[in-house]
Amino acid sequence: MKSVIILGIFLLLLTENVRTVGAETGTGEELGGYEVQAAPSPDGTSGKPESFLEMLPFELRGFLEARGGFRMQDDPHESKTATLEETRLQLHLFKALDWARFSIKSDFLYDGTAEEAQADVREVNALFSPFEFMELKAGRQILTWGTGDYIFINDLFPKDYKSFFTGRDDEYLKAPSDALKTSIYTDAFNLDFVYTPRFNPDRFIDGKGLSYFNPQTGGLTGEEAVIVPHERNEWLGDSEIALRLYRDIKGYGLALYGYHGFWKSPVGFDPQAGAATFPRLSVYGLSVRGTVWKGIGNFEMGYYDARDDQNGENPFIPNSQLRYLAGYEQELAKDFTAGVQYYLEQTLQYGAYRLTLPPGMQAADEFRQVITLRLTKLLLYQNLKISLFTFYSPSDQDVYIRPNVHYKITDHWSVEGGANIFAGRNDHTFFGQFKNDTNVYSGVRWSF
Amino acid sequence: MKAHYWIAFVLSLSLLPATAPGETQPPGPQIAGAEIMEKEQQAFYSQGKDMKAEIRMELVTADGKKRLRSLTMLRWNDPGSKDQKYFLYFREPADVRGMTFMVWKYPARESDRWIYVPAVDLVRRVAARDARSSFVGSDFTYEDISGRNLAADSHSLLREEKLGDRDCYVVESVPKEPTDYVRRLSWIDKITFLPLKEEYYDVQKELTRVFTADRIESIVAAAGGEQKSFPTVTRRTMKNLKTGHRTEVAFTAVAYNIGLQDAVFTERYLRNPPERWIK
Repeated sequence: MKSVIILGIFLLLLTENVRTVGAETGTGEELGGYEVQAAPSPDGTSGKPESFLEMLPFELRGFLEARGGFRMQDDPHESKTATLEETRLQLHLFKALDWARFSIKSDFLYDGTAEEAQADVREVNALFSPFEFMELKAGRQILTWGTGDYIFINDLFPKDYKSFFTGRDDEYLKAPSDALKTSIYTDAFNLDFVYTPRFNPDRFIDGKGLSYFNPQTGGLTGEEAVIVPHERNEWLGDSEIALRLYRDIKGYGLALYGYHGFWKSPVGFDPQAGAATFPRLSVYGLSVRGTVWKGIGNFEMGYYDARDDQNGENPFIPNSQLRYLAGYEQELAKDFTAGVQYYLEQTLQYGAYRLTLPPGMQAADEFRQVITLRLTKLLLYQNLKISLFTFYSPSDQDVYIRPNVHYKITDHWSVEGGANIFAGRNDHTFFGQFKNDTNVYSGVRWSF
Repeated sequence: MKAHYWIAFVLSLSLLPATAPGETQPPGPQIAGAEIMEKEQQAFYSQGKDMKAEIRMELVTADGKKRLRSLTMLRWNDPGSKDQKYFLYFREPADVRGMTFMVWKYPARESDRWIYVPAVDLVRRVAARDARSSFVGSDFTYEDISGRNLAADSHSLLREEKLGDRDCYVVESVPKEPTDYVRRLSWIDKITFLPLKEEYYDVQKELTRVFTADRIESIVAAAGGEQKSFPTVTRRTMKNLKTGHRTEVAFTAVAYNIGLQDAVFTERYLRNPPERWIK
């Protein structure tokens, strides 16, 4: 309901500006101080609004979508066969004034698996530039950086794995942050500094709808043991800082990253309270991306400093790690692109981890490796997209396969279908734990 | 070609001031094909210090179904080299609205390309390097949009003839490396050096694609303290004769020498399109 009120206030604010906006959109072609004389355009694209949407004093865009999916096998830990069942309306209001830009984007959905209506406010932010070299973006926003394809090392902004694993649009892999982003641009480098006053965790797999491996019970778990972590919700006390220092050298993007906050999913455990926790975490990393041979190459690494378990002696908190990623993407034939990535995750203080691991608990490997392959083929004037993304871990011996077919029937209507296929030798590995969650999905969307 | 286009065409040409390219001295018939094509590239892809245009593309199938692509294009020529930078802001269709696309184009090597997806705040490098790939699903390739490396073809002047009432050079260009066509014929206006028509032939020597400049307007802009006129193809069509699919493109609000800066073509503006140029 809050979001409805915000939308209402925004609408009111916008109507205040109708008059000035009207004055701005006159046909005077004064650009950059020069008179421009162009012959009148015969199709009249300038000036006259063509539709209701163009008559509004702000930009309004969005879509209406129905999407459903179900698991391909019985899951003893989940009562519902449906993994996704929703009708979703997204509205995006956008307004640019001379001094600021405003963006409000909210999804209104009925989620059949949760049997409830929800408003998922994805953006409410203002962007302004107090100085030529500085921009501020304040409010709820989606934030992304780094070079990985579905693998994030230095991007510690919240993810929504539930959406990712059940077949929502890629847009929903990123969950919103409530943050202040300050960007500074200089000739030598650019700096992004993101302050999140209250921790924004991932929308992690908690057992509702999708089952997972619970290290405390030593087995697969689902809705009978939904994770309710110790919340980190203290304003300022549970704040996060993320920064990126970057520049471009001849088309090669170089970046340094820093993060000070918490593990984004509740990977810790408090044995006294019997609850999952978000242990403290800092990350320092770097990345480079640019042309390599006939394609695009990238390298990224990060040092995960587990501040609550730097000696690696607490078995209930993940140890510090080094994470590496190398990727390469190339167009192999017309409208056919392939991308490969190699990811390595090294657990530090591994000896201490093994020594203190409680008997009966599954030990993680010191080196976890993941290889990904993305294949994308465009057909029918790029209106049909067939894609396959595969995660395969030789160390965990598990796999996650994401086939997808997306077809744009018209400029407004599109349909898609796909699957999320998990398999693994063991129950406790990263993708293997979701073996009972393998699902297929389809959706239809009308965009405006 | 429809009659009223030609009327607009002729009317606009009559407005050309004395500084129009190539008008001072009509070049002799021996001018080499490569030289003509170099002037064509200059006139078609590189006029002015910079350029801005609203582009509206209609993609039409053989049975008449239409799709629309609408975008704003900014182009900047590096004054110190032949490098160019492009910035595209997509408006239609709805599912790509707000996406931006940036190209740093170099004459002798592959372009660097970036795309920004606002819904996930994601900047990606674009691996698609095949310049013969379709641009946004249209009948135009990336090369058709921003120019093909001149040295990639052997050019020869075949003849001179009138196309409609315009005097043209007819230049044959043969790709040195195998590509999706083996021969291209271009009708280049002798005065403006704009291509009025292009024919692409495949390996079976069959005509596969035809480009036509359907409307040319004279855009006046300041250049070096005086007013200069830039003849500009504001309506063009590419038709695929094999599939019957065609793409019609209209340029509106065309402006040259608007004072674009190199700094516009950076990640900063990729993420936040420059309000001054992209309303």
